[in-house]
Amino acid sequence: MGKTLAEKIWQEHVVRAKEGEPDLIYIDLHLIHEVTSPQAFDGLRLSNRKVRRPDLTIATEDHNVPTQNINLPIADPVSKLQVDTLRANCAEFGVRIHSLGDAEQGIVHVVGPQLGLTQPGLTIVCGDSHTSTHGAFGALAFGIGTSEVEHVLATQTLPLQRPKTMAINVNGKLKPGVTSKDIILAIIAKIGTGGGQGYVIEYRGQAIRELSMEARMTVCNMSIEAGARAGLIAPDETTFAYIKGKPHAPEDFDAAVSYWKTLYTDADAKYDVEVDLDADELEPFVTWGTNPGQGIFLNGSVPNPAEIADAEERGAAERALVYMGLTAGQPMKSVAIDTVFLGSCTNGRIEDLRAAAEILKGKKISTSLRMLVVPGSARVRLQAEAEGLDKVFIDSGAEWRNAGCSMCLGMNPDQLKPEERSASTSNRNFEGRQGKGGRTHLVSPLVAAATALRGTLSSPADL
Amino acid sequence: MEKFVTHVGTGVPLRRSNVDTDQIIPAVYLKRVTRSGFEDGLFAAWRSDPDFVLNQPEFKNGTVLVAGADFGTGSSREHAVWALQNYGFKVVISSRFADIFRGNSQKGGLLTILLSQSEVEDLWVAIEANPALAITVNLAAKTVSYADQSIAFEIDDYVRWRLMEGLDDIGLTLENSDSIDAFEAKRSAHKPKTLPIRA
Repeated sequence: MGKTLAEKIWQEHVVRAKEGEPDLIYIDLHLIHEVTSPQAFDGLRLSNRKVRRPDLTIATEDHNVPTQNINLPIADPVSKLQVDTLRANCAEFGVRIHSLGDAEQGIVHVVGPQLGLTQPGLTIVCGDSHTSTHGAFGALAFGIGTSEVEHVLATQTLPLQRPKTMAINVNGKLKPGVTSKDIILAIIAKIGTGGGQGYVIEYRGQAIRELSMEARMTVCNMSIEAGARAGLIAPDETTFAYIKGKPHAPEDFDAAVSYWKTLYTDADAKYDVEVDLDADELEPFVTWGTNPGQGIFLNGSVPNPAEIADAEERGAAERALVYMGLTAGQPMKSVAIDTVFLGSCTNGRIEDLRAAAEILKGKKISTSLRMLVVPGSARVRLQAEAEGLDKVFIDSGAEWRNAGCSMCLGMNPDQLKPEERSASTSNRNFEGRQGKGGRTHLVSPLVAAATALRGTLSSPADL
Repeated sequence: MEKFVTHVGTGVPLRRSNVDTDQIIPAVYLKRVTRSGFEDGLFAAWRSDPDFVLNQPEFKNGTVLVAGADFGTGSSREHAVWALQNYGFKVVISSRFADIFRGNSQKGGLLTILLSQSEVEDLWVAIEANPALAITVNLAAKTVSYADQSIAFEIDDYVRWRLMEGLDDIGLTLENSDSIDAFEAKRSAHKPKTLPIRA
């Protein structure tokens, strides 16, 4: 019987397999940031261990860096200590780092692909659950905890249980105005936040094949919100063209491509589970609740918990509506927004900024809200400025910021106030995720921009 | 890591599903560079509500957290495990755990036990009826017992052995460094390297 793509990559990375023990898997690329690494480096020091492969390791500063006045020292002393600790650790252990102010600084999952380090067939890890993003290139990429960060630093391997495989077939064609963000939000609403638990998801089908590389990253990015540690897409010409010319693209590109072309699921391979989704039926999607599975078409209304059969889900929905300050039956498009956040590892790439700028061009955002535009990396920011997108955002009344995770998780000063409501292109609508008491609606960049103009949740078709 | 063989403690019934790691410890509490001191951030937002279970005096000293399905979803922050441990929890019971959280808990010696949703609900009822109820977790026998109940649970044998011996994963892996060397010797040359830096 043939193998799935995930199984092929797994098998190529088994350092050691023994009955009754997890497989020892080799890690090709280890990405590091300031929040989940200090205790790992400390562990190395305590055990007098080195970083085994600094040449397969790269660090950047993203989670708690400020997005304004980046030329000044970081104002929050605790954040500053964490960033300084990363810099000192990288210097001590010989790890490459891109610090605030450097053109390659930015969200770790934007930096890897833009440098051409993210390539098909690799195993990629990072102490961040959105490492699944890199799966868009046909890599097996997943988030790890700090103990595992230390393990990879010391050994360049991880002991791992072999995951099960799930295919999600997104058949048909997307309608105009519907994006890859809507695909993944619809998938999560369909299979639930635990639906992918224990699986690697492979996204397949016409609608996936037709996505750009950056749009594919948005899909794979939110695999974790469906409970899957990793999500991937078989590489194709779109993938190869994206990598070509990037700083760390293979020198013998043709040889690499001929290997990459072997990275697909065999016709006779079997997945443990298959799920089908019809792209033609998708519309712009938005979340109404406090987990990413609580989503609905933007044209719909806030669901009535009383109509939910499962008691556990009903209770969760009731609590979510109280927290979100919403009423059952209320049309989603009537919901007024205070802050629009465009950015994050989900939707902070150049194509996302271009798509939003296209809608905002020559118009003013509603006076009832603020809009933060936070490029995913300093490189994305420079590219946007070269294209004049910064002026479009600024002229429309939005704030043009520096690169980082920013309001996606509110570790830096970019936070919602209690009961403040956002339309956010990020990935998590958990209680308090964007600031204590803040209320988050997850949306695509197109919906974010249209919402900024109208003041209430809107799609470009409403303009 | 401390060895885990048996634990006897009282329970805390957390009647919520989808307890994500942002609830277990919000991002603003992740700025420490040590592994200790995270108990302040544990369930920080919910603890500001006087009705929250951990604010009830009878549950304050519980060491066995019994939660709804999909515990530990979201962010990979191992700080969530540290916060639970720093606060005093030794065991978390749920009907489904997020993968990364469960992996992290097993690295740090916080025992995560999968029971069925109905077993979780029975446990909630029993703890609420008697907050002083002694709950015995026996990893050697793979059982959770309270009153006249004894529930068997499944756990991977290798994970169980590591927890019971308190073994450090890195040390175990380094015993196989020959296989890592051998693997590296045959790794393909076109795989990317971060160094030297190319622009």
